[in-house]
Parts: sequence; structure tokens; C-alpha cells
Amino acid sequence: MNPPAASAAFAAPAAHVTHGPVGIRGWLTTTDHKRIGLLYFWTAFSFFLIGGVEALFIRAQLAQPNGHLVTAETYNQLFTMHGTTMVFLALMPLSASFFNYIVPLQIGARDVAFPRLNAFSYWVFLLGGLFLNASWLVGPLFHAGRLNVAPDGGWFGYANLTERQFSPGPNIDFWLLGLQILGISSLAAGFNFIVTILNLRAPGMRMMRVPVFTWMTLVTQFLVITAFPVITVGLVFLMFDRFFGTHFYVSQAGATPILWQHLFWLFGHPEVYILILPAMGIVSDVLPTFARKPLFGYTVVVYSGVLIGFMGWGVWSHHMFSVGLGPIADSVFSATTMLIAVPTGVKIFNWIATLWGGDIRGTTALHFAVGFIAMFIIGGLSGVTHASPPTDLQQTDTYYVVAHIHYVLFGGTIMGLFAGIYYWWPKMTGRLLSETLGKWHFWLQFVGMNVAFFPMHLIGLLGMPRRVYTYSPELGVSDLNLLSTIGAFLIALSILVFVVNLLRSRTHGQRAGNDPWGGATLEWSIPSPPPVYNFSVIPTVANRLPRWKTEHHEPMRDPPAAPPGPIHVPGGSWWPMLAAFGLPILALAPLTHTLWLAFVGAAVLLAGIYLWAFEPFEV
Amino acid sequence: MTTHATHTSLGLDSRKMAFWAFIGSECLLFTSLISTYLVYKGKSVVGPYPHEILNIPFTSVSTFDLLMSSLMMVLALAAVQRGDMKWGKIWLFSTALLGLVFLGGQVIEFTEFVHKGLTLQTNLFGCTFFVLTGTHGAHVTVGVLWLLTLWVRALQGKLTSAHATTVEISGLYWHFVDVVWIVIFTVVYLIQ
Amino acid sequence: MRLRLWFLTAALALSGCGGPFPQSTLHPRSDFARATDVLFTDIFWWAAAVFVVVEALLVVALIRFRHREGRPAPKPTHGHTLMEIAWTLAPAAILVFVAVPTVRTIFATAGEAPADAVKVEVIGHQWWWEFRYLDLGLTTANELHLPVGKPVRIAITSADVIHSFWIPRLGGKRDAIPGKTNYIAFRADSTGDYSGQCAEFCGASHGNMRLRVIVDSDSGFGAWAQAQLSAAATPAKGGLAQQGKTVYGRSACIGCHAIQGVSSGVIGPNLTHIASRTTIASGLFPNDSSHLASWIADAPALKPGAIMTRMKPPLTDADIAAIIAYLQTLK
Repeated sequence: MNPPAASAAFAAPAAHVTHGPVGIRGWLTTTDHKRIGLLYFWTAFSFFLIGGVEALFIRAQLAQPNGHLVTAETYNQLFTMHGTTMVFLALMPLSASFFNYIVPLQIGARDVAFPRLNAFSYWVFLLGGLFLNASWLVGPLFHAGRLNVAPDGGWFGYANLTERQFSPGPNIDFWLLGLQILGISSLAAGFNFIVTILNLRAPGMRMMRVPVFTWMTLVTQFLVITAFPVITVGLVFLMFDRFFGTHFYVSQAGATPILWQHLFWLFGHPEVYILILPAMGIVSDVLPTFARKPLFGYTVVVYSGVLIGFMGWGVWSHHMFSVGLGPIADSVFSATTMLIAVPTGVKIFNWIATLWGGDIRGTTALHFAVGFIAMFIIGGLSGVTHASPPTDLQQTDTYYVVAHIHYVLFGGTIMGLFAGIYYWWPKMTGRLLSETLGKWHFWLQFVGMNVAFFPMHLIGLLGMPRRVYTYSPELGVSDLNLLSTIGAFLIALSILVFVVNLLRSRTHGQRAGNDPWGGATLEWSIPSPPPVYNFSVIPTVANRLPRWKTEHHEPMRDPPAAPPGPIHVPGGSWWPMLAAFGLPILALAPLTHTLWLAFVGAAVLLAGIYLWAFEPFEV
Repeated sequence: MTTHATHTSLGLDSRKMAFWAFIGSECLLFTSLISTYLVYKGKSVVGPYPHEILNIPFTSVSTFDLLMSSLMMVLALAAVQRGDMKWGKIWLFSTALLGLVFLGGQVIEFTEFVHKGLTLQTNLFGCTFFVLTGTHGAHVTVGVLWLLTLWVRALQGKLTSAHATTVEISGLYWHFVDVVWIVIFTVVYLIQ
Repeated sequence: MRLRLWFLTAALALSGCGGPFPQSTLHPRSDFARATDVLFTDIFWWAAAVFVVVEALLVVALIRFRHREGRPAPKPTHGHTLMEIAWTLAPAAILVFVAVPTVRTIFATAGEAPADAVKVEVIGHQWWWEFRYLDLGLTTANELHLPVGKPVRIAITSADVIHSFWIPRLGGKRDAIPGKTNYIAFRADSTGDYSGQCAEFCGASHGNMRLRVIVDSDSGFGAWAQAQLSAAATPAKGGLAQQGKTVYGRSACIGCHAIQGVSSGVIGPNLTHIASRTTIASGLFPNDSSHLASWIADAPALKPGAIMTRMKPPLTDADIAAIIAYLQTLK
């Protein structure tokens, strides 16, 4: 079909198909989006397990009133790290593993627009995550006990508790420096994917023919590049307060700690859409495949996603209803919050209508996609109760909102991500995951999460605040807390089942072939796992469901097994990793009060960038 | 840096598109810094206060200098695009030089402020002013480094009209940094 | 509403003093709490209805359209404009029914109160509550007394980090923010003991920053206020309490605590009438000798991070017993 020279990707002639360096070196220098996707997956999943263990400690401590499994100080570090890890080191990067692996395949590209920048994003993520978690171990280096210097100000780090006066140790320093490092990773990936999706689509792949997962990825990346600068500024102010004696959040100087809340939530609310939209995209791709019916109302689903992206900027102060912004501000934000429930809710109806009239095959991926819908309905409805400031004043900062966030983030995002894993793992590895183990995983997780999180609605309404290391038996919530803890351990069991499934599939998984599910989109037209160049011939796309026969068109012919001519594949590069190392070294300077480390870090960063810029690299 | 003709879905060079996205992101960064300055304006508990310290004539000269540097940048790009590397080098260097002059002006100005008792720690005006202008100054510094790198490449004969897009992107950055300064100058110095 | 309450109470084990669920938001005891409870009930039933309908549709779809052998290929519907408009407008309409009472309640509960309201200033500290009755001229800590049926206006601020003042049965929370004052106003409608807790993460002992509220009859409140305004009790000469007062006077206690006529520290709670309180350590422990002894001996062991650190050199058991005897005279 299309000769490579006219494709949207690599065009240099007279080079052979190569696979780049092999072995460990191959992985360390890779610029291949598929390998980077796998690296993201394994790293993010490991952090997910760490965050999960932190949650188990939290629940074990709260299983009984006046618990003393862990000290108050340790507990405060546990919930801070649980939140920070899950948001920044697990959920976002797990989504990123699919952005990396699947988006280029869905749009018919050979790789992302900037493969080395992609590698840079990964290495910065890994190093940022290690930097943050090193805090668990390095207490003695700061003349404190082990388990003493991990961040302990909450994942939301409210000023002025985070000022040096009230948090003298290095805990908050780890947090604010770690997050700045991670922000750079996300920003770089944001620029990369925006350009990839807008600019590297196969011929004929108009925007309204792009799969919903890729669309939601695009919206997510726009949110990333606009929201992360705001929290960066907030963190920079905090850093200056803690290290250079400024007073950005100190009320005695005329400032206010509320500024932090505004900056944080201006980032924080778009962040929750960053967390949920990719999972919604996954569900929108998975449901049609297993219902054997196109997505109902593709246009509306896409537009509602875009609308949510814009409207998400207008609701941030619904996290601040107890701050006393005044009845007018409260009313306005209440209204905008209720408004945003509309495009969000509409998607649910579109999904149900996709299933309606279909021929539904109950694969594990479908179970998780349906589980997403069922749980997101509950999370969304509790969100509506939060949208009303008077009722929210009884719910905010209690276990009721902990229930809400876990229904949308665990019942929502994580279920959606598992749908994606069961759906795309065969494409990524060539092996199917076991459906039997998958169903066990699903049901244990589904039951576990409801046992863990549903009681929290009531626990909150009965007056237990959040972020407390223990509670009084007088409150009358002891039994409910115990129940919740049992649910948490059920979830842990379900994850264990999943891990077994994951590891077994590598050797025992049924071979997947190109298209185990009968998918409609381009990723199913190539082998599993795809060859390094993805498409032997870049397809020309004529409709939204290229691989299906519809009333309007015949299915496309899959690309031939072998490429008609040589395809150039870029080699690897060490420089993104080198540049990435500059960042944690830079961060070590304020952390350890060692100025020369800043110069070393800057030098490493600059060296990496210069070597990268002048390296001959044929994309 | 390699350049090559590639077909893109929107017909725009991918690097240029990425850079525009980057500029969009930077707009949010500076908006947050400027908004904080505005929110804390007039809230300092102790002096020195802006009207006592800011030297509009002096800063007008640095502003003019930065504006002129943008002109140099336009000329540099035009020269590179038509393959005239002699003038390309001259204009690239001039842009960087004027950028350095601007930075020098900032150093002089800030030293003066410190002598008059305004530091990062003094009051809200101090911290918001210095973090805002310092962030901008850091951006100018990066720009100067970038331009000097291009200039050195040109001296080595490795920068030609084939690299016009690279120079264009550096120009985009430079103009952006200039526009941000105009906004800062207006909001901080002119509207008091 | 009643049905739900009954179900709750019947389904859960009851425990503790203050009645079942002393911090429940579902058992309102003031006009403020009642207004938000009415609104919550309203929203809750809308949400429950939506939940039942939507989940039912999902379940029906899954059952009715699950794969069966020989089933013809599904009709590839891409959309249906009328239906999509309907299911966009319907939720929007429901939200209007939620928004209107919401805005009304926001303004109704905005912290305004008549001029003759009992005014209390609440100052959050790490990790205890200071209460100043400005009109009455009295200062106390951790236990708030209020008259039943009278309007009360509470002005909330903080001396250090952000806390949040919350007495669930009497209404929603407002943050205690340094440099800002927030207001809650309500009228408690029955006498009783209520508990509250700080609801904004404020450091190591955030979970321990509790408070008690005692809503008294009008005369009871008046009597309490009178007692609080009276001078600190002078212990009988030669007794253990007198000894305790001496020990107190030469210990570091005086640097943080105020006892009218004896010491004037402002860092910790005012102890002038400590014996009139039912709990100590901001609602953590009953106010009795054994708890007082453990608390004075080593407060941080009981309340992590407490700045009431162990004395150096430590107080002897005899000293502590004497101090306790003295404190227990301060009714």
C-alpha cells in the first residue's frame, strides 16, 4: 500500500530493519515506545504494590480503636506516601504505560514524535519515584530513626503545616523535591503525546476516527501541561519558604496558607481528570469489542471528554468549602461542580447503550470495564453530595470523602486500568492472561473493594475524620472499621491472584495471535507482540472501525507479514538517561544542604542535553 | 541535530508543535507567578514598598534592550533562512549579547534593591518580586546559552539554512521570554 | 430518614458514653445541623433513585444481551440523538432540584447571628482548643459550654497551623486558619453532651485533638459561667493540695499554663478551673487522678508530639500526686 517514504513516520532509505542494541543495554538505551511502555508498566506496578502495602498497614492500624500497631508519626508518613505513591507513581504511570504502548499502534504510527524524550520521561519517573521512596530508608543519614523521614504532610501538603517551623525535618523536603522531579517527567510526556496524536496519525485517520482511548489520552496530556506548572509554582514557593526564608504562606507576613490550597487545587482538580479520563478511554474501547457493537454516541463521548477537560478548570474550590471563601464563591463553585456532573454522567449512559442490544462476551476485560461503570456510578453520586457545600461541610475531611475518592480512583481508574491490562496484555506480550484466574481476580477485587470502601461512607457520616492514626471506641465505628480492614485484605488477595496470573502467562499463557478479541482498531491488525517497526506498511484508514465489517464498509486488509522494503528503526541512546540523572542530583543539593551538588546536577543535566541534541539520531 | 522532511498529519513540523505546547505550559507557569504577585500586592506588612524602590527609567532601558534583542533574533532567523551565515552569526551573537546586557541590568537593579533593604525575605513584595523576576531571568539565561550554542555551531560551520527550523524555534522561545517581560514590566513596574 | 436511623442503630453495636454515635452527622441537634441534614436527605434520595435506575439498566443489559449461541450479529447503532438529549437533560434537571435548596442553605448557614448571640472565639492550637467568651470575659479550653435554645456565634481561628472545628451533631465544620476568622452560628435545640474533633490534618496528634461540648439549660450555663469567672480556689493550708500548689509554682508548668493569680502562661490550656472539666488532654482522657498522673508524667507518650514534654529533672511521683491534689481543687 503506502511506501514507507510517504508514511507519517520513519522515512530514511537504505537502512535495514534493526532492533537496536540487545540485552540489558538494549533496555537501558531503548527509545522504542513499546519497551518504554513495558518499563513504565513494571515500575508503576511495583510502586502500586508498595502503595498497597502502605494501605494495608493503615487498615491494620485502624482495624481497632486506640490501635498501636504503628506510631502516630509513622502513620502520618504511611498515609502521605500511600496517597502520593498511588497518584503519582502508580495510577498516572500505569496509564502512561498504555499511552506509550498502545497510542502509536492505534493511530498507525511507528513510534511517538520524540522517542528520546519519551525515554527521558521514563527515567525521570523512575528516579523521582526512587528519590521519594528512599525517604523510608535513609532516616539515619538525617540523624533520625529509620521510618522517620518519609513525607508526612499528606499527599496534598497543606501549608502552613509544611513550613519549616512546623515540619522541621527533611520529610517535606523529600516530598516537594520528589514531586518537582516527577512533574518534569509528566510534562515531557505531555508534549510528546500531544504532538504524536496530532501529527503522526496514519493517512485517513481523521481526529473523529481516532479511538476513544487515544482521544482521552490527548485531553489528559493537555490537562497535564497546563496543570503541572501551577503545582510547580506552589512547590517552588514552599521550597523557598523552607530553604530561603521567604513567607509565601506565612500569615504573620501578610500572606495566607490559603494560597497554597488555591495553587494546589487548581492543579489538583484537573489532576483527578488526568487520573480518570484514560480509564474512561479504555472502557470506551473495551466495551464495543466485547459487545460486538460500536460505541454508542462516539461523538458525544469524545466531546464530553473534551468538555470535562475545560470545565475541570472551573471547579477547584469545591475542595475548599470549609475554608470560608464566602457564600457567593461557595455557590459558584457548587454550581460549576454540579454542571460538570452532566458530561461525566452522560458517558455512563453511552456505555450502557453500547452494551444494550449487543452480543456480550464476558471476558475478564469486560468484567473490569463493567465493574468500572458500576463503581464509578457510586463514586460519582457521592461526588454529587460533595457538590453541595452545606452537606459537604459534614462530609469533607471525613471517611465519607475517603469512600468517594476510592470509589472513583479504585473502583474507577484501577478497574479501568485492569480492563486495559487484560485487554492489551496479549498484544504487548503475545500471551493471553488466564481467564479463570482473571475472574477470580475480578470477583475478589470487586467484593473486596466494596467491603473495604462502602462502610467508609457511614464511618464518615458517624463522625470519624480522615488522616487520624487512631480513633475512640466511643464513636461507634469500630466494627465498621474492622469490616473495612477485612475488605482491604481481600483486595490484597485479589492482587496476589493477579500477580500469579501475570507471571504464569509469560510461560503458560495461551498464544494470542494478532487479534484474540476481534477488535475494531488498528492495534489488532499487527502481530502480538508487534515487530519493532509496528506496521510493515502504514495503513490508510477510511473509517472509525477499520477492522470491522459494518453496513458501510468491508474490513481493512491487515498489513502484510513482512515489510516490502527496508524500514529504518532508530537506535538507542544513553543521553536521555544521563540527563535524567541530573535532576535527582540537583534535588539532593537542598535536601542535604550541599551547594556543590547543585552544580554537579546542573552539569550532568546540561551534558545530557547537549550530547542528546548533537547525537546523530534519525527518527 | 538531524533534520528531514517528514509528512505530518497537520502539516506542521513536529518540533514546532511541541514547542508551542511548551509555550502554552510556560504561560501557565508565569500566570501563576504573576497572579501571586498581584494577590499579595499591597499586603506587605513592612517596607520597602514598590514605589520606594522600583526605578522605572532604568528598567525601561532594559526593557528596550530586550525588545531590541527580539529584533536581532528576527534578523538572525531571516539571515539563516536565506543561507547568509555571515550575518546569521552576527545577529545570533547580538541577540545573545543584548540578552546578557539585560541580565546584567537585572543584577545591577537587584543589587541596588538589596542595598535599599529589599531581599527575598524582607516582605511579600520581596519574595513575590524576586521569585517572579528571578524565574524570568533564569529563562533568559537558558535562552542566552541556547543562542550562544547556535552561534558556536555556526562558527564551526555546522549551522546552515537546513537548520532554519531549529533557529526559528529558538526565536520562538526568545520572543516568548520577551513577551513575558513586557507583561511583568507592565504589571509590576508600570501599574502600581 | 427515621427509617434509615432505626436501621443504623439496630444494625450496629452501640458503645460508649454520650449516647450512641456521639459524633454522628445523622443525629442533628441544632438548627444548623438540621438544615444540612434535610438537604443531605434530599440529595441522598435523588442519588439513591439514580443509583437504582442506572445500575438496574446496567445489570439488565448484561443479562439480557449476554452472548448466546446462534444469536444474530447485533445491530450496529451508532447513536440516537433524541435519547442522548433526554439523558443529558434529565440529570441536569435533577441537579437543578439539588442546586436551588443548596444555594438557599448556603446563605442560611453563612454564620450570621443576632447581636445578642453568645459569642465564643475558638482558637485552634496544636493539639488543643482554646475558648474565649469575649462578652463574658472568660477563657477556658477543650470543653465548650453553651446554653440551649439561644443563638450562638463561634468565631474560629488558629494560633499555628490550619485546623478545623467540627461538632457533627451541632453542624458542619469550618477551618481554623491562622490570619483568618471563620464563623459558625447555630441554636442548639436540646441539652446534652456532644463530642467534636479537629477535621484538618494538623500534624502528629491531629487524631488526638478532640473536644467536648456541653449544652446546658440557660440557668445551668449561667451558673457555669459564674463559676468560671470566680477566682482560682485557694487550697487549705498544710494539705497535699497546698504542697501541690508550691510544686506547681516552682515547676516549668508555669511557663505554659495560666492559673488565675498563680501563673500566666499562654502556650497551653488555662487551668484555672480544670477540675470543672470532664476530660483532659483535649477530650482524650477522663479527668481523674490516674489519667492526670500519666499525663503529667509523660504527655508526649500519650499524645505524640505534645510540647508538654517530660520535665527535666522529672517530677517525682510524690510531686505529681501533690500537683494533682491541687488541680483537683480548681473547680
